[in-house]
This record gives sequence, C-alpha cells and structure tokens, in this order.
Amino acid sequence: MRNSIKTLVWLAIALLGAGAVGGIALHRGESINALWFITAAVCVYAIAYRFYAAWIAARVLMLDATRATPAERLDNGRDFVPTNRWVVFGHHFAAIAGPGPLIGPTLAAQFGYLPGTLWILIGAVLGGAVQDMVTLFLSTRRNARSLGQMARDELGPLGGVAALLGTFFIMIILIAVLGLVVVNAMKHSPWATSTVAATIPIAMVVGLYMRNLRPGRVLEGSLLGVLLLLAAVAGGGWIDHSAFRGWFDHDGLALAWAVIAYGFAAAILPVWLLLAPRDYLSTFMKLGTIILLAVAIVMLQPEVKMPALTQFIDGTGPIFGGTLFPFVFITVACGAISGFHALIASGTTPKLLASERDIRMIGYGGMLLESFVAIMAMIAATVLDPGVFFAINSPAGVVGKTAVEAVATINSWGFPVTVAQMEKLAADMGEATLFARTGGAPSLAVGMASIFGSAFGQHLLALWYHFAIMFEAIFILTTLDAGTRVGRFMLQDMLGNVWPALGRTSWYPSVIFTSLLVVAGWGYFLYIGVIDPNGGVNILWPLFGIANQMLAAIALCVATGILVKSGRARFAWVTALPLVWLVIVTSTAAWEKIFSTDIRVGFFAAARDMSEKLASGLLPPEKAAVAPQLIFNQQLDAWLTMFFIVVLWVVIFDMLRVCVRHLSGKPVLPCSEVAYQQTRLDSAGVRD
Amino acid sequence: MLGQLKGALRAFWRLFRRLSGDDAYERYLRHHVEHHGDEAPLTRAAFFKQWQDNKWKGVKRCC
Repeated sequence: MRNSIKTLVWLAIALLGAGAVGGIALHRGESINALWFITAAVCVYAIAYRFYAAWIAARVLMLDATRATPAERLDNGRDFVPTNRWVVFGHHFAAIAGPGPLIGPTLAAQFGYLPGTLWILIGAVLGGAVQDMVTLFLSTRRNARSLGQMARDELGPLGGVAALLGTFFIMIILIAVLGLVVVNAMKHSPWATSTVAATIPIAMVVGLYMRNLRPGRVLEGSLLGVLLLLAAVAGGGWIDHSAFRGWFDHDGLALAWAVIAYGFAAAILPVWLLLAPRDYLSTFMKLGTIILLAVAIVMLQPEVKMPALTQFIDGTGPIFGGTLFPFVFITVACGAISGFHALIASGTTPKLLASERDIRMIGYGGMLLESFVAIMAMIAATVLDPGVFFAINSPAGVVGKTAVEAVATINSWGFPVTVAQMEKLAADMGEATLFARTGGAPSLAVGMASIFGSAFGQHLLALWYHFAIMFEAIFILTTLDAGTRVGRFMLQDMLGNVWPALGRTSWYPSVIFTSLLVVAGWGYFLYIGVIDPNGGVNILWPLFGIANQMLAAIALCVATGILVKSGRARFAWVTALPLVWLVIVTSTAAWEKIFSTDIRVGFFAAARDMSEKLASGLLPPEKAAVAPQLIFNQQLDAWLTMFFIVVLWVVIFDMLRVCVRHLSGKPVLPCSEVAYQQTRLDSAGVRD
Repeated sequence: MLGQLKGALRAFWRLFRRLSGDDAYERYLRHHVEHHGDEAPLTRAAFFKQWQDNKWKGVKRCC
C-alpha cells in the first residue's frame, strides 16, 4: 500500500515536471509566468536525484556505508574531520557557488529564455552533478587527493600536468572577466563605486574584530559586517548627492587600475585581515540574497517577457557573437557543468565526509542547488522587457554610442524601447545611465531590483539596485582575492621545481614576485577588456567558458578512465556521455573562435580585419590608438584557445590509451584506491 | 508542539554556528580533552589564528 502511494507521488511529480518543461518549451505568446520555470526545475531535480543519482550511487559507484572515509581514518581534528552531512553540504555549496551561475545565464538570455534554461536543467542532471558526485567519490576513495594528483596516479604524468596548467589558465581568465564585470558595474556610478570601496575597510574592521577584539566570535563579527554593508549601500546614495560625488566618479580604465592594485594588495596582505572576513560577509550575503530572491519570485510570480527564442540564434547577437550551437553551452558553464567544481570535490570536501552514503547528497545535490541559482538568474534577466535587456547589455561598439542610436538599433531588431523609458529606469535605479552596462551585473541588478521592488516596496528601487550590485561585487571580489592567491600558490609550486627558494610559500620576495606575475596576467586581460570598444565581455566570457568546460572534460576523462580500469566499463557511459558532449561543444567552439571568418566570432579574422582597416586609415583616431593592442590581443586569444584544445585532446588520448590497454589485457598504472577498512563511526561519532 | 519547534530552532542554531565556525574553539576544547587531556590547550586567540590560517590553504572558492 505504502509503495503504491509512493509510486503515485513520483508519477505525479514526473507528469507535473514534463508538463512544466513542455509548457516553457512550446509556449509562444506574449509572456510566460516564471513559476513554470521553478516548477520545471524542482521536478526535474527531484526525479534526477531520486532515481538517476540513486542508481549511480548504488550500481555504478557502489557506495559502501560500512567503509571508513579518509575523514575517519586520517582524523586529525583540523582538516580531516568526520562531519555532519548538512554541515559538509553547507561548506561544499558555499565553495562551489560563485558569481558564474549569475552571469552566464544573463548573457545567454540573448538567445531567448529557452536554450539556456534547457541546458541548465539537462546539463546539471546529466553532466555537472554527475561530474561533481563521481569526482567526490573518487577522491574520497583516494585519501582526498586532488584532481591533478588523481590524473597523474591513474592516467600518467601527462594528465597531471594538463590538469594543473588548465586550472592555472582558467583562474587567470576567470579573474579577468570577473574584474571586468565589477568595473562595468562601477563605471561612472559614484553610488556603486563608493559602496564597493566601502566593503574593503568594512572587511578589515570585521577581520580585526574577529582576530583581536573578540577572537573567534565569527557570528558577532559577521553580523557587525552585514549591518555596516547595509549602511554602506544607504550611505552610497547620500554620497551620490553630496560634494564627494566626484571622488567616486571614474571611467573604466581608472577603475580597472584600482581593481588591479586592489587585487595585488589583497594577495599579499595576511588572510585574516581582508580575505577571510570578506569571505564570511560574501557567504552570508549570498545565502541571504538567494533565499530572498526565491521567496520574491514565488510571492510575486513575475511574467517572463523575453521570447523563447530570439533571432540571435543565427550568431548575430549583440552581447557575444556566435550561433546557438555551440555557444550557449560555452556561455552557461557554471549552473550546468563547471570543471572548477572538480577542484572542490577533490581535495577539500572529501576530508570532511563522515560516510560514503553522503556523497550523493553533497556531490549531486550541491550541484542541483547551484543549477537552481542559475535558473533564478535566468528568470531575473528575462523578466525585463527585452528592449531594456538589450539596451543594458549591448556594448556601444555594436549598437551605437548615443542613446538615440542605441534605441534605434534595438528597435530595428523588433524589441521596442525608448530613450525616455531608459532614462526613467536609470533615474529609478539611481544611476546616470543604463545604456551599454555590459557584463551582466547591472542587468541582473535591475532584474532583481524590479522583483524585490514589486515584492517588498517600489519606492526603494535605487536601494535594491545598489544592494544587488554590492552583493555581486562582494563575492566577485572574494573570488578575485582567493583566485589570485590560489594562482600564486600554483605558480610557486611550479617555479619551485626550477628554483627551490621560489617554492617557499612564506618567503616574502617569492610571495611578491609570484603575486605580481599572477596579477599582471589577469590585469592584462582586464585592461584590454576595458579599452575594447566592443566591451571585452564578448571576448573574455567565451574564453572562460571554453577553459572551464575543458577542465570539466579533463575531470570526466579521469573519471571515465578509472571506471574502465576498475572493471566498470559497462557503466562508463555515465561519465563518457557528458564527456563526449563537452568535447564536441568545446572543440567546435574553439574551432570557430580560431578559424571562423566572421569577425565577431573568429579571433584571427577580427585581428586581420582590424589590421586592414588600420592600414587603410578607416579607423577613427580614438580606435586607431588602441588598435595595435587589440590586434595583438585577438591573436593571443586565438593561441590561448588553441593551447586549451590541445591540452584537452592530449588528456583524451591519454585516457583512451589507458582504457584500450586495460581492455586488451595489457598492464596499466595500478588503481590507487585505498584498501577497504571497516568504519567504526556510528552516527553518534559524527561531530555536528 | 512548542517543544518540537524549540528543538528545531536549537538544531538550526547549532548547524549555523558549526557552518560559520563560530563554535570551532568549543569543538577544539572537546577534542583536546578527549585526545590530549594531559597538555594545556591553546588559548582562544591562539587557536583562532591557527584555525583561520589553516582554513585558507588550497582552493576554497569557485566561479
């Protein structure tokens, strides 16, 4: 009896989910309610988690709750600690969820709401969540070794080096593009700039409070910080109308230099002063804002006004060039499948797992929640009038410099918007202008502000807008700090092989030297992005997407290789399927970025086009001045893309070599799984 | 009913403190008494320094 009720409930969920997905896929009308998106997502996640993830756990990975985890066997009370599953889930989710799932869907909305939404749902349940869960499992069985170490142990040294280099370059591109997003959000906005600037001393006050005034009182310090941040948002509005306005009113280049200087300072300052307290604040802000957004969407049930598909699927989109396939799968990386998660799922999280039983909830479930954040970002972007969405996100180089030109271009695409409407919106949000505010953060903030405003009070729009900007900026800057530091550690590790002194992480000259190198790396791409009249995001974001998907493909290669080696070849499709898809997508995208003759897609084509125009004197003087740098950068990007794709194929061939050797009975590297040991923890042994 | 609610709230508060690391020192003291009862434990300030520096090794933040 109970069983048949259960079956009926799951059948109802399946039917509701199929109805909701079908509804958003087939709907062709003026608008569609956002609640359909939430329903579709929740049903898809529930079914995938209950059936697919459970099947992978039981049959493919054969999780064994009686097996002692590294946290139990190596318990040292510091990094290896068996921990309550909800606590591990919280740490894991806080580490994997960054600004990526907010930005990618916003940019991908230029194709309409449908392609991005379907990819977020399907990519997460069949790709991203599987990658996270399997990587977490493999690392747990190998004393919490990192992805790079597992690649080296199981495939060979080539795989290890590829994973290391891939990670390093993703970090550089990621930080550059995130820096660009913050710069574009602060450009000529004294309110946003002063608020973001205030987060730095606020983090320091919190750091000093926790370190010296009241040591270890994390929650007290964080509460103080959150209150100060809210005061800073309100204070920014006051500054915007005061005589200090000019202090915080800067163009993109000045702000880019400020971000670069900040990044360097943050990387060499002690962790406790800036990075750690900022991380607390951004985690609390992130959780609070995401919950608030979910509540507001459910309360308000806003209408999605973007069409299901736009004409830009043909590759002529203003936000980034390129056709629907493969570029929607590159643009939405985090939220569907993100290679970066493999770094958290190996090395960090497995040190806390008390039981293998928790792997499904933490690995698979954590990714589903991140995917849900991406769905909400998609909703926030598509509830805007499409005309407004394109006016905010299209760079001046594409739609025209003046408001009249931009509005005329966007109207000619069939998306009505007027100058007066944009001026009113900017005034409501407390900004001078909202035209050409590329990068995704401002349009997301406008979307969030209009949702919050309708749900919790219309007269506070400008406050909501700047709250959303502050919220995005604070954890973008956290990623920037932490990423620069991680890049530095990796560089020190690599250079230490050449000159041992450089490998000492506490030797100050080495710290400064390697930090400078890392900051110069991303600073260069940030600088070029700011001087590029087409906005820079159209170049950097696809590059980041390709790099991130490449890392995911490396992680799936390692997983597939291990599944085959450990005699589970008949289940290897579980990781091989998303791997094949990612390889098709990344290789096609990389091929187009390198060889396409369309100057909005191909790097070499764009470089050639600009050189010809420069030589024949067709460029206006301000463009001619930066053209040589832009030409060099396009060529550099092409070579970088080529490097990524070569690394990817090297790992694929290495994995195939190992699989073929194993299946034909030839010797391969031994499986590095740690031998079985019975757990002695009962549920009471887990510290909560 | 009220008791259940109180219990749920208390469990949530424990989880919240545990997640944020607010109770890290108390947990350390308990671990210390169990495993190294004969040595003097670190002071709260000294422990927090060690805990925080340790927390920030390796990749801790994603995109």
